[in-house]
Amino acid sequence: MPIPDSPLLSLTGIRKVFPGCIANDAIDLDVQPGEIHALLGENGAGKSTLVKIIYGVLRPDQGDIHWNGDLVQIANPAQAREFGIGMVFQHFSLFEALTTLENVALALPREDHDKLRARLVETADAYGLALQPDRHVHELSMGERQRIEIVRCLLQDPQLLILDEPTSVLTPQETETLFETLRKLAAERRAILYISHKLEEVRSLCDKATILRNGRRVDDCIPSAETARSLAEKMIGKRVESVRKRATTQQGNIGLQVSSLTTHSHQPHGMDLSDIDFAVRGGEILGIAGIAGNGQIELMDALSGETGAPLGGTIEILGTDATHLNPNERRDLGAVFVPEERIGQAAVADMTLVENSFLTASARMKFSPNGLIDWNAVGSFADNIVRDFDVRTTGVSALASSLSGGNLQKFIVGREMLQEPQLLIVSQPTWGVDAGAAAAIHEEIQRLVSAGAAVLVISQDLDEIFLLSDRIAVISQGTLSSATPANDVTPEDIGLLMGVRHTQQEKTKYAAA
Amino acid sequence: MTELIIASIMTMMTAATPLMFAATGELICERSGVLNLGLEGMMLIGAVFGFAAAAVTGNATLGLLVAATSGAFAALIFGILTLNLLSNQVATGLALTIFGTGLSALVGVDYVGETIDQIGSIHIPILSDIPIVGRLLFGHDPLVYLAILILLGASWFLSRSRWGMILRAVGDSDVSAHAIGYPVIAIRFAAVTFGGLMAGLGGGYLSLVYTPLWAENMTAGRGWIALALVVFASWRPARVLFGAILFGGITILQLNAQAAGLGIPAAFMSMLPYIATIVVLVLISRDAIKIRLNAPACLGRPFRAER
Amino acid sequence: MLRLEPRSTQSLSAAWLSPMLALVLTAVTGGIIFLAMGKDPATALYIYFVEPLTSSSGLSEVAVKAGPLVLIGIGLSFGFRAGIWNIGAEGQYIAGAIAGGGLAVFWYESTSAFLLPAMLLTGILGGMAWAAIPALLKTRFNANEILVSLMLVYVAELLLVHLVQGPWRNPMGWGFPGTRVFPDAATMPLLFTGKRVHLGSVLTLAVPFIAWFLLARTRFGFRIKLFGSAPLAARHAGVQSNRIIWQSLLIGGGLAGLAGVIEAAGTIGQLMPDISPGYGFTAIIVAFLGRLHPVGVLLAGIAIAVTYIGGESAQISAGLPKAVTGLFQGIILFYLLAFDLFTRYKIVLPSRQAVQQ
Repeated sequence: MPIPDSPLLSLTGIRKVFPGCIANDAIDLDVQPGEIHALLGENGAGKSTLVKIIYGVLRPDQGDIHWNGDLVQIANPAQAREFGIGMVFQHFSLFEALTTLENVALALPREDHDKLRARLVETADAYGLALQPDRHVHELSMGERQRIEIVRCLLQDPQLLILDEPTSVLTPQETETLFETLRKLAAERRAILYISHKLEEVRSLCDKATILRNGRRVDDCIPSAETARSLAEKMIGKRVESVRKRATTQQGNIGLQVSSLTTHSHQPHGMDLSDIDFAVRGGEILGIAGIAGNGQIELMDALSGETGAPLGGTIEILGTDATHLNPNERRDLGAVFVPEERIGQAAVADMTLVENSFLTASARMKFSPNGLIDWNAVGSFADNIVRDFDVRTTGVSALASSLSGGNLQKFIVGREMLQEPQLLIVSQPTWGVDAGAAAAIHEEIQRLVSAGAAVLVISQDLDEIFLLSDRIAVISQGTLSSATPANDVTPEDIGLLMGVRHTQQEKTKYAAA
Repeated sequence: MTELIIASIMTMMTAATPLMFAATGELICERSGVLNLGLEGMMLIGAVFGFAAAAVTGNATLGLLVAATSGAFAALIFGILTLNLLSNQVATGLALTIFGTGLSALVGVDYVGETIDQIGSIHIPILSDIPIVGRLLFGHDPLVYLAILILLGASWFLSRSRWGMILRAVGDSDVSAHAIGYPVIAIRFAAVTFGGLMAGLGGGYLSLVYTPLWAENMTAGRGWIALALVVFASWRPARVLFGAILFGGITILQLNAQAAGLGIPAAFMSMLPYIATIVVLVLISRDAIKIRLNAPACLGRPFRAER
Repeated sequence: MLRLEPRSTQSLSAAWLSPMLALVLTAVTGGIIFLAMGKDPATALYIYFVEPLTSSSGLSEVAVKAGPLVLIGIGLSFGFRAGIWNIGAEGQYIAGAIAGGGLAVFWYESTSAFLLPAMLLTGILGGMAWAAIPALLKTRFNANEILVSLMLVYVAELLLVHLVQGPWRNPMGWGFPGTRVFPDAATMPLLFTGKRVHLGSVLTLAVPFIAWFLLARTRFGFRIKLFGSAPLAARHAGVQSNRIIWQSLLIGGGLAGLAGVIEAAGTIGQLMPDISPGYGFTAIIVAFLGRLHPVGVLLAGIAIAVTYIGGESAQISAGLPKAVTGLFQGIILFYLLAFDLFTRYKIVLPSRQAVQQ
């Protein structure tokens, strides 16, 4: 029986060094039983590293961990689970080819599958987390996958539950359900360590917050006693210049017109698009909101022409029918693309920034007329990207893999912007990027629109969607809702559109109403 | 006529057996996420060391044990390179085949033309004496049964046992398996070693039972055919049995046809198993999505754990 | 514990050092093997690695053997860079020899100056045709090119055996398998009298430099490399995968076919079952040892050719089995793959991290 108010988990002086960066330094943290404790910080502040240390995935270079007052070493996740620590990962630690039941069984000691199935259903029901034990994970939505992870932890009767950015894959309504579950758990005197960079969530849910910046603990506070702004300042370390929403500009010609777009996915667990209609005009930003895995990647591929001609429907780019054009022909029309995958698609890890500049800019910038590459011209183009977009690097001959996530995204966005496009299609522009880089990227997008270009932003970050968009549509299960002016809807309205298929009927009704 | 058919079926099973061994081992290896293209090399190593051991000791059973062990050692080299030193699995598999071809030729120099005592067929009184069915069911050499047993065992292991589930998990997502605390590298090492053990046994069967003699490059592409069988079987052991018997059948068919003298040049008949492999691959691979659904998601990808 | 750290720039020195180190360690391992076989390692190693380079006839032989290895190795390096694993170069080599050599078999009394060029061309086409099969099956039916190209090696070998034993057999050959000896108009002119090195070696020498230009300076070369290191990024950059698959297989097949016909028309002068001592497979090692860089492949081809010649003379003078050469080739590749780690990662001693504090 732990003494009341003695910490369940206590970290002192935790330090962890990775090649080229100090991820955690001198971090102290106390978590009490029954407490929902936020770990708040920007991307790259060291939150994920710290919880991986607590869960035994990583080993600290220095520092002590006390569990229920005893000094312990947590050698691996199995031992962490024995102590009573459970964790829900941001990028789920699930196995797509296995069933829900098997996924749960893998994290538990050997147990008869029939008994486990009964326990699973029982626990899931008790906390309002509906699950079907025998379905394969690859068939499930992101929300369902997260429920597996949570139930998997709960079956181990944890005293401490760690959740890493759990709401990034949830609709606002699903988020509310999750919070109820978490409050229920806290009422049972279980502690919850809640990692997030979303300030409003932390304010409404958490009892206490520890703020990390650049791998160090900078402050502790009671979130409900703070404002979102004061929390953000603690998190970022300076006064926050809120990016001002651009005044609506004069709208120009149609930059992108998509009609009845229907595709069949080439990926094993892909999403088929059905009957997608929308248009983006010059001088406006259309935002497409939605939970990851609802067809965003397929939409991006279809628009860039990477997966060939669609099954049905048409795509017009700047007034020309582009349905059957390849990516470079679409670029020649004036379009540029920033896909979600930075490493491996938008950029190649083991190529230099010069080579990566050639990658997509060769078509519009005419770097290889008659097949010979003018590497000097590519080099000065790369220099311009690094200079104009403030890319922090040792030079243009550095490998793309040596750049931080934020810098690489600035480079990629810069590479496309410097081609002076009339149409920009960008997916998850600031996902996993630090606040400074995110603000810079948002500003560049705004600048491009003000200059008259048409912009399509696909993002699962609702704050970003509302910050940038003139009109908003929602993608869900491969279908797209009608776009509505951003000023006419709330995040809750958008959330309601996230879990449903958008049929033609419903769209007509919506448009009429 | 009946006698000819029975004899053909019996030899078909012996032709299928080395493929069953090698393909079962590779299947387990691939299910853990490791692609070992060195099957041909491991089979040759197993064949030559097994034969040498049997020739020296006069004990064919010991020869089989040596064959399996030497195959496993060859697989260990592959494991160290790909799992510890993160080398490219395709290139390393090719290297293992080239190494195995060279090593087996070198070791085998002294054994070309030697003979050994063959492992005979089993004979169960009464059962084996039942007309026709008796010999078909109970008259093979013991290794035919062993191969089928291991195959069924692998099937049970993957679908029913906890360790099989863990193995599948590692092949599906090494990152997730590591995150929840499974030793990915160690599990893959075990699978790679099992693959080597089976390939060695398959090679040993060729040199000790099937022929029985040693000749340079005697596997004649069976390692590669076994690799194709794994794809053919969609990574499911039970289908390996079917595929191996199919290939055994083609091998025997072309041998019989050559003996019968159908007027088709012998060389063209000998091409049959290789062409059949290509045809089967084409038929199976046509549906790219299905192949990717069935293949272990991590197949061929290196994994480095951060600590 | 030592730790691995990904490199932030490509290390040129590591890229050159690792093949060198692999060669040195193979020699050391070879010495140990010789010792175990009861031979004097110093003498054996001398015969293997040095002696071929000490005489003009030895050098001529090295050039003869290096020719096909370099040609095929260059061709394979295009495919390997693109992640297209054509390992059936041996079959494409044989197909080239059959297609090109076939002309000499049919026009065995020809004196035309066009015969040899025509043979080289059909040789290239023959190799390409053989490589077109895996290309077609991969692009149309998604069939694995590794297995298809490899299976076709056996088919080509059997086809060659059939031809030289059957329809194309030399009627005056006392029943030995083999075609008529090619006429003068169908043989590669020798460069020096009394030496086997022929015009083919000169042709071969030009290929690495053409390949280097293609890979370093053209969009085609960039796309090959791009497709190999990141297929999704290649797709994003508008590269059509089918085109890369066709191009890399046809280049590999064409050069292997050229090597085959040059060997038939140059060194051997007829078609027979043993027209290749496994050049198509050894060239895989040559391509890797040369780090898929054309100039590297040239040097690696020469290095491996030396061990071929060394192996032959070791068999005669020291009674060492020829198979040792094959073993060495496998060992070289193992060492090379092991050292490759250092071109992608650097080893970090824990003490350095402590100092950082």
